Amino acid sequence: MNPEESLKFSYYPGCSVATTAAESNYSLMQVCRLLGLDLQELEDWNCCGSSSAYSVDPELGFNLSARNLSLAPGDRPLLVMCPRCLHHLRHTHLEMQQDPRKRRAQERRWGRPISPDLEIVHFLEALIRFGLDRLKKGAARNLNGLKFVPYYGCTLFRPPALRRQKYYQAEVENILTALGGVAVTRTYNQRCCGSFLSAVKPELVTSLVNDIIGSAVAAGADCLVTTCAMCQLNLEVRCTAAKRLPIFHFSEILALALGAKDCQGWFIRHLVNPRPLLKDRGLLGPPRLGQVP
Amino acid sequence: MNSQPMPAKTTEAINISELDHHFATEVDRRSHADLKRCYQCRTCGNGCPFVEAMDYPPYGVIRLVQFGMRQKALECATIWVCVSCHTCSSQCPNSIDIAAIMDTLRSMALEERAVIGNKEILAFHLEVLHSIERYGRTHKLGIMLRHKLLTGQWFKDVDVGLRMLTKRKLDLVASKVRAMDEINRLFLPYWRVKPR
Repeated sequence: MNPEESLKFSYYPGCSVATTAAESNYSLMQVCRLLGLDLQELEDWNCCGSSSAYSVDPELGFNLSARNLSLAPGDRPLLVMCPRCLHHLRHTHLEMQQDPRKRRAQERRWGRPISPDLEIVHFLEALIRFGLDRLKKGAARNLNGLKFVPYYGCTLFRPPALRRQKYYQAEVENILTALGGVAVTRTYNQRCCGSFLSAVKPELVTSLVNDIIGSAVAAGADCLVTTCAMCQLNLEVRCTAAKRLPIFHFSEILALALGAKDCQGWFIRHLVNPRPLLKDRGLLGPPRLGQVP
Repeated sequence: MNSQPMPAKTTEAINISELDHHFATEVDRRSHADLKRCYQCRTCGNGCPFVEAMDYPPYGVIRLVQFGMRQKALECATIWVCVSCHTCSSQCPNSIDIAAIMDTLRSMALEERAVIGNKEILAFHLEVLHSIERYGRTHKLGIMLRHKLLTGQWFKDVDVGLRMLTKRKLDLVASKVRAMDEINRLFLPYWRVKPR
């Protein structure tokens, strides 16, 4: 495979990234434009089933994920932003890989082929393939020692069903440290954010979220950077602590470092205003020369 | 710190004639979790972020299954409170996929029409499914409003909802799959689907 080909992906946004966390989608598009990654959104994708389908009717969840896989062209990897969607799509694909009969049944159901060799990757994987050196060369500004907690939440590397698959531990800090940020890792950065219980048991989620943010404050962090749209939302809406920290989507901070111009439009969608912090660090406005890491 | 709930009614006698001796095998086969490896070290209960809201800690549920106490296992709240964050399985010395056991128990509880241990959580899941059935995708505002309608808690969380609305985080109009016939098929038994 030549290097150009390896930068083509089909793209599954998922419901949260497409709606509540649209700013993470916009910033991802900016990153891809600036780095020259070719993303093609899956035509007419559907919900992966989310936690609810798998809780109530696992077969329904499997079918929903399989439909998405039947929409993915086999000649390029499928890039997924949301860790939960990634988990469900990969798990479904793995099951079909291990049992070709299941795959053929789904192919007949949808009347479309499903490639057994389809690669399903997280956005972080695309960046690893792009290469840290090239990424640094593409940077338009230094993150000026912005102290961030790389908050992974639970789904990106814990599912036991995917034990033998790729994990992305420490990649967020690898990338943002190379761009001039300072990682603050001695925090509850892998604690669950409360997931869907945020809607049903807000008191419980509030205490979890306050613990997570409290640990970040105690460690002297300026902000948290998440890879999951649901974590980002829960950390923002459920925090009742006196000192709140801005919660960024990973793609936002990356796009900021790469010199994206429409950051302000994303940041106004945040419930904890991140602009004072970024202004304080000199990260808003056009990048100045001589700042490159 | 989390405080683990004491297993409910520890003094209650177990009637051996009521135990279901095939239950553990059945849960094992469906979940692929190998729950017979559990030797009750209680690590899962120490790590679980949600243990406060559970009636049995995760190891307690596994014990119920091991003992064949079918009804208690299927009717407990724990299986609904679990969000599959996998903190327990990442800490389990025998690497048992505990969340998979919870998934299986939830499905069995629904199949057997057991008394649901936490109706509100199930109601939320059903709202999400309703949204997927209708649009092929989840529509957050619709889910929230219908959930409020059903639970009658209109004023709980109004501030959060309003803040999300003003930040345009809740789309008014649902984004919808075009080939809805493909989605509809998944919600019907195959013989109910209109032939071509």
